[in-house]
Amino acid sequence: MDAREIAERLQAKFGGDSVTVTAPAVGDAAVVVKTALLLDVCRFLKSEPELGFDYLRCVSGVDLKDRMESVYHLYSMKVGHGLVVKVVLDRAAPEVASVESVWKSANWFERESYDLLGIRYTGHPNLERVMMPRDWVGHPLRKDYVEAESYHGIPTSRPDPVGGKDA
Amino acid sequence: MGTGEFFTTKLAEVVNWARKYSIFQYPFVTACCAMEYMSVMGSHFDLARFGAEIPRFTPRQSDMLIVVGTVTFKNAPVLRKVWEQMTEPKWVVAFGACASSGGFYDNYATVPGIDHIVPVDVYIPGCPPRPEQILDGLMKLQEKIQNGPLLAR
Repeated sequence: MDAREIAERLQAKFGGDSVTVTAPAVGDAAVVVKTALLLDVCRFLKSEPELGFDYLRCVSGVDLKDRMESVYHLYSMKVGHGLVVKVVLDRAAPEVASVESVWKSANWFERESYDLLGIRYTGHPNLERVMMPRDWVGHPLRKDYVEAESYHGIPTSRPDPVGGKDA
Repeated sequence: MGTGEFFTTKLAEVVNWARKYSIFQYPFVTACCAMEYMSVMGSHFDLARFGAEIPRFTPRQSDMLIVVGTVTFKNAPVLRKVWEQMTEPKWVVAFGACASSGGFYDNYATVPGIDHIVPVDVYIPGCPPRPEQILDGLMKLQEKIQNGPLLAR
């Protein structure tokens, strides 16, 4: 099934305005789900036999300056089809339900998104930093991230001997 | 030598001579430079020719900490702890551009050179360095050991 057919199934189940389909000229078609419905939609995608999305391949966070997105790449081993699910988040306070209860693989993916972009996944069993040290300040992949001058007394940049931007 | 013959030397000279030909190393390998490290340890380039034959995978039995690859801020305390566990005399070699200066990683996560964390004796440039450069670096370290003090550094 392609994204449009799956979106129709979801609209029949959750209502017409619950999901929209984006089909960019380049890249995969995606199903954009209302943020509040994400967890229910994911449970449905996994449990419905014809959809059978038993494998969460990746969770990504995207900072688009005016908004944030959390992107879920799903695959069904049983049926042999894939799907991209997106939710759009408020950039000032990005928050969405964790899907860790549906797919265990979401655990570290969501921690990574939280660590690098500051997206809060509510209901996550252990929403800790996974890549940066625990006492790190800020979320480095945010577009407005400003690198600290030093970390525990170690400078984060170095003088450029040939006269680049730091010289 | 026959019976009754002897020769004299300075204690520091003979101890340092022994030290420089028996460097046990601790490879702190974090990144792609490891490929060149494997190469230089293998039979073709064979670091064993210089007495630096055995990588000990415990810092407590090592003389030379060889930092092979990029060190991140998260990994920095680990490197420091490894260095602290080594017994004197000990030496540190920064293997490759990343260990020496951060390399091309001019970003928020990478330590700009391990000399911010541990004292470095020999820097080997290159991204990655060729095995010959590592042999050269080791010989430089041997020179340094030979001319170094006997006890406290």
